[in-house]
Amino acid sequence: MSMLLIGAVAVTTGEFIPSAGAPDVFPPFDPRTFASQLFWLAVSFGALYFLMARVALPRIGEVIEERRDRIQRDLDEAVRLKAETDAALKAYEQSLADARGKAQGLAKETRDRLAAETDAERHRVEGELNAKLAETEKRIGETKARALASVDEIAASTASDVVSLLTGKGVSDGEVRKALAKARAG
Amino acid sequence: MAAGADGAHSPIAQFEIKSLVPLRLFGFDTSFTNSALFMIIAVALISAFLIMSMRGRSLVPTRMQSVAEVFYEFVANTVRDNVGQEGMKFFPLVFSLFVFVLICNVVGLVPGAFTVTSHIVVTAALALLVIGIVIVYGVATQGTHFLKLFVPDVPPALLPLMVPIEVISFLSRPLSLSVRLFANMLAGHIALKIFAGFVGSLLAAGVWGIISPLPLLLTIALTALELLVAVLQAYVFAVLTCVYLNDAVHGAHH
Repeated sequence: MSMLLIGAVAVTTGEFIPSAGAPDVFPPFDPRTFASQLFWLAVSFGALYFLMARVALPRIGEVIEERRDRIQRDLDEAVRLKAETDAALKAYEQSLADARGKAQGLAKETRDRLAAETDAERHRVEGELNAKLAETEKRIGETKARALASVDEIAASTASDVVSLLTGKGVSDGEVRKALAKARAG
Repeated sequence: MAAGADGAHSPIAQFEIKSLVPLRLFGFDTSFTNSALFMIIAVALISAFLIMSMRGRSLVPTRMQSVAEVFYEFVANTVRDNVGQEGMKFFPLVFSLFVFVLICNVVGLVPGAFTVTSHIVVTAALALLVIGIVIVYGVATQGTHFLKLFVPDVPPALLPLMVPIEVISFLSRPLSLSVRLFANMLAGHIALKIFAGFVGSLLAAGVWGIISPLPLLLTIALTALELLVAVLQAYVFAVLTCVYLNDAVHGAHH
């Protein structure tokens, strides 16, 4: 069919694109085909350029751009959240340090208070004990003095008894005492 | 050997342009050909894939969407690295060139398919488009300053020598850009066809059919290599486009 048509064209124009068979020139260098190739190249490449520039590329570019924006937004959001987290962590550590300091203060205060109370109690008990000790020493001293005084009496009565037994004569208390005082002094 | 000798098995038969729907416009033969068909297929594949995959426009991409995004980011990074942020106004152009060349190259590897980029007129048109934009944009934004591109920083005595070299190097850019892609595609497909043809020829040659797996293995390896070349050449085309655009955007900072 096409051969017939080409044949018709050839008859009327004298130039035609060979439809089949062995070429008489090397096909890529056959100038008879140039016009057709250039025309259809212009049509097809023009259409391709139009479709790419107006439809396909803007769509792809839009999607890629949108994705890039979205990723950037998400990254920014992540950075912001990280900063928030860091701030919260810092606040937490700060309050922890505060609490620790407060607890230490409280512990020290309690320790000091207890130590002071213990000291006071000890002082009181020591005072009481000292007072009791002093009183007891005083009593011992009195008892000793009393005992020593008794020793004189006993010595006097013993001496008068001894004298009366030896001499058979009574001795007055006054004489005995004088003699004892003389002996103690001598 | 009969099978390998007829026209259909000639290594260059695959590059023939065949008219599918005759058409005449502006006095030129603009018939809809197999080449035009594969250009349209490439454009349809690219557009369908990129537009369908982005239908969800989800923040967490589906598999298809992430492939589309990988393409986008890859080309965008190439433009940014080579031209800078101001070069992003050329991003749709570089992206279109890259995917068009890439898909034309890769689709061309499908057995029986036509390789649009194996024709010098197509690659030359794309290269001239790039150089044309470089010149127009360069002159429009920098005026005569754009001509500094041809005057390198050398002692004045050397200028009579350097300026012609710079001019020739500038003029050879579209040539090298187009021939590199065209020649890579052409040579690769011819090599594939020849080795694949050996398989059939050997099978048809009686006892020699025993060694026919050897060219078959070679064809498989070559197919893998050609896939690499197809991707690499599309990338090279895009990178060089960026490099040339850099001159238009930033002037001569050699």
